[in-house]
Amino acid sequence: MRCPMLVAGLMLTGAPALAQAPALTVYTYDSFVSEWGPGPQVKTAFEEICDCTLNLVGAGDGAALLARVQLEGARSQADVVLGLDTNLTAAAAETGLFAPHGVSAEFDLPVEWDDPLFVPFDWGYFAFVHDRDLAEVPGSFEDLIASDLQIVIQDPRSSTPGLGLLMWVKAAYGDRAAEIWQGLAPRILTVTPGWSEAYGLFLNGEADMVLSYTTSPAYHTIAEDDDSKTAAIFAEGHYLQVEVAGKLAAAPQPELADQFLEFMTTDAFQSILPETNWMYPAVMPANGIDPRFDDLPRPETALLLPAEEAAELRAAALAEWLGALSR
Amino acid sequence: MAGRAEPLGPAVWAGTAVAAVLLALTLGSLGAVAWNAGATAGLGAADWAAIRFTVVQALVSALLSVMLALPVARALARRRFPGRGLLITLLGAPFLLPTLVAVLGLVAVFGRNGVVNGWLAAAGLHPVQIYGPQGVILAHVFFNMPLATRLILQGWLAIPAERFRLAASLGFGPRDLFRQIELPMLREVVPGAFLVILLICLTSFAVALTLGGGPRATTVELAIYQAFRFDFDLGRAARLALVQFVLCAVAAAVTLQVPVPGAFGGGLDRAVRRWDARRLGLLDAGVLALATAFLLVPLLMVVLAGLPRVWALPAPVWQAAWHSVQVALGSAVLTLGFALALGLAVLRMRGPLAQGLETTGMLSLAASPLVIGTGLFLIVYPVMDPARAALPVTALVNAAMALPFALRAILPALRQVDRDYGRLASSLGMAGWTRLRLVILPRLRRPLGFSGGLAAALSMGDLGVIVLFAETGNQTLPMQLQRLMGAYRMGEAMGAAVLLLGLSLLAFWAFDRWGRRAAA
Repeated sequence: MRCPMLVAGLMLTGAPALAQAPALTVYTYDSFVSEWGPGPQVKTAFEEICDCTLNLVGAGDGAALLARVQLEGARSQADVVLGLDTNLTAAAAETGLFAPHGVSAEFDLPVEWDDPLFVPFDWGYFAFVHDRDLAEVPGSFEDLIASDLQIVIQDPRSSTPGLGLLMWVKAAYGDRAAEIWQGLAPRILTVTPGWSEAYGLFLNGEADMVLSYTTSPAYHTIAEDDDSKTAAIFAEGHYLQVEVAGKLAAAPQPELADQFLEFMTTDAFQSILPETNWMYPAVMPANGIDPRFDDLPRPETALLLPAEEAAELRAAALAEWLGALSR
Repeated sequence: MAGRAEPLGPAVWAGTAVAAVLLALTLGSLGAVAWNAGATAGLGAADWAAIRFTVVQALVSALLSVMLALPVARALARRRFPGRGLLITLLGAPFLLPTLVAVLGLVAVFGRNGVVNGWLAAAGLHPVQIYGPQGVILAHVFFNMPLATRLILQGWLAIPAERFRLAASLGFGPRDLFRQIELPMLREVVPGAFLVILLICLTSFAVALTLGGGPRATTVELAIYQAFRFDFDLGRAARLALVQFVLCAVAAAVTLQVPVPGAFGGGLDRAVRRWDARRLGLLDAGVLALATAFLLVPLLMVVLAGLPRVWALPAPVWQAAWHSVQVALGSAVLTLGFALALGLAVLRMRGPLAQGLETTGMLSLAASPLVIGTGLFLIVYPVMDPARAALPVTALVNAAMALPFALRAILPALRQVDRDYGRLASSLGMAGWTRLRLVILPRLRRPLGFSGGLAAALSMGDLGVIVLFAETGNQTLPMQLQRLMGAYRMGEAMGAAVLLLGLSLLAFWAFDRWGRRAAA
């Protein structure tokens, strides 16, 4: 075991001075903690009320987050894991590492929420984003298949939106999913490993549409004053992404963890999300959110497979996807 | 012939220690992952398809990279023109780019909406399609042809000036020169260059995928990623990583079988004059112009898009840039230390032991960065907070990753110094530090500078291991770039990309210039 010694030998930074106040450790995905995400504001707001230090720890993307918790197991110093989505909650529950939350709130979700382990904090509809001046905007997957548009999607094996699309097609078409994917195959310009690559290609004019969220155009409208992007609404309905947080059973600070989950459903936390995470808040703040969110297209139907069902379907859906796109 | 002196005893120990670190990093981390694995499924049809695609694209990419690099390296070797040094540095740039940025640059040129298709459309021709296996190969050639060019150019420049003088006095034409002088050199240099690039392409991940056009273009590394992230199946990840190791080992075994021919003998370190260069001027100029266009126009597109945003970049990006510079310098110093220790030890040992040591130096090319990262995490986690080790660990892993390139550059030069001056130095009783300082190091400055620059630049753009370890406060520039993109801020991300490109090139240029100034 040469490594740990070597690593210890290379240590350059000393331990930070021990703070007197207790510290709550929250594992989350990278873009949450980044300077451009909700992290910094959330930290300030929570520390004002908790008499504690909030450590937000970025651990890769949403899927990597669960892997990190599993790598650390019960030894983990984390109290709360924030940023899993409903495609991952079944797997997360199965690890047995999470504890019931006991939070109740008036959730503004398009679906009923009764998960005992995970509290939702924001949500959005997956959708294909395009330029407003796109000549013929498809109104369904079948329209899209019949068009000559080129789309960019993400790989369901490495990206949460990619997995969302897989579930979207499955939820909308069930046994016809394989057929839909075969139809879509010629429309797919390329499949990227993550959201950033796909969105970057789209913004560079490479594709007509990109898989993202109905709320993505809000970023361009609000932050860049650019009204040129919008999302296509499909008649089949749109699959939901609900982002959740959960308390770890072995949390070193269980009371603070409960307080944080409770805080998550309050206005102080919820009003930060729309314009940093560019998603809908799980609980609508009393003062509402930027009215420009109201101008966004809203799907008629929300689709969401129950967590266990999504987990069971995943392997078969992935095989269909691979089969159709590998031709 | 047996009576070689023992001038460098401690080198063997140092080399062995470096090899042990490398083994721990590569096989040790793989072992740690396998050790923590539970029950696991075998390899499925999709895995075999990934393995097939990985091997085929890697072979084609490596072959094309080396074949295209040959005329470029030759042109650079036999021409002298103003700005040649700058051109050599710039031509190396694609290899130093973070993949994501390079892909955007390539797309701006060859994409659906790119420059080339704009011209083709204007000329009424059918557009070219970059997305698909051809895109993966294009990207790999774009990344690796510069490396092949540099490695082969080193070989050309290592031919003593006296050989060309002799060739000229014997009235050699370009063909004789090629057969008698250049071909033997190429037989020594090309297999190594081919192998390095083959291994890079075998373990590639992100490059391939954005341009791959779909799941047909799936690499083993992506399957490993999937096993880690989505299935949390450590056993499967370890098994796939093992498959990757075996692929790389087979590739290495086959390539290293190519016999290495004899040497040129010693020279007096005179400046090289090429009497054959008067002819074929147009050909060389054409080759260089094409290579420059292929390698630099995509870079130019990135720079044009990002440069106006650089000065307005927010403070956290600059802070991350500072972290990256520290990691890059640390990694460069470590790489040079490792490469020298390992190289000297290889020189001192004989037979399978030396071969084993050399192979260990190449091992990290075969390793999956994801497995190294996860394995190290598993090893470090029980001992200390991984976030506190983030930057040193990144520097260490980056050094291991850059070592194969450094070794390929340094080892041939080291062998030549030993061949040409070893006996003389021994007969003068020069040993140990004196010999290293007076005989070896001065003749190694060119490859040392090149290797240090390469290590620094590669480390600057690396996004492998840091992701698992870094927490708020110690992000590197590539991480911030990723975060900017994740926050929709593509414009600022392009600015950060240009900053990253500039820092990488600057680091490379500074080291490389130090090396080339000495070698003149």
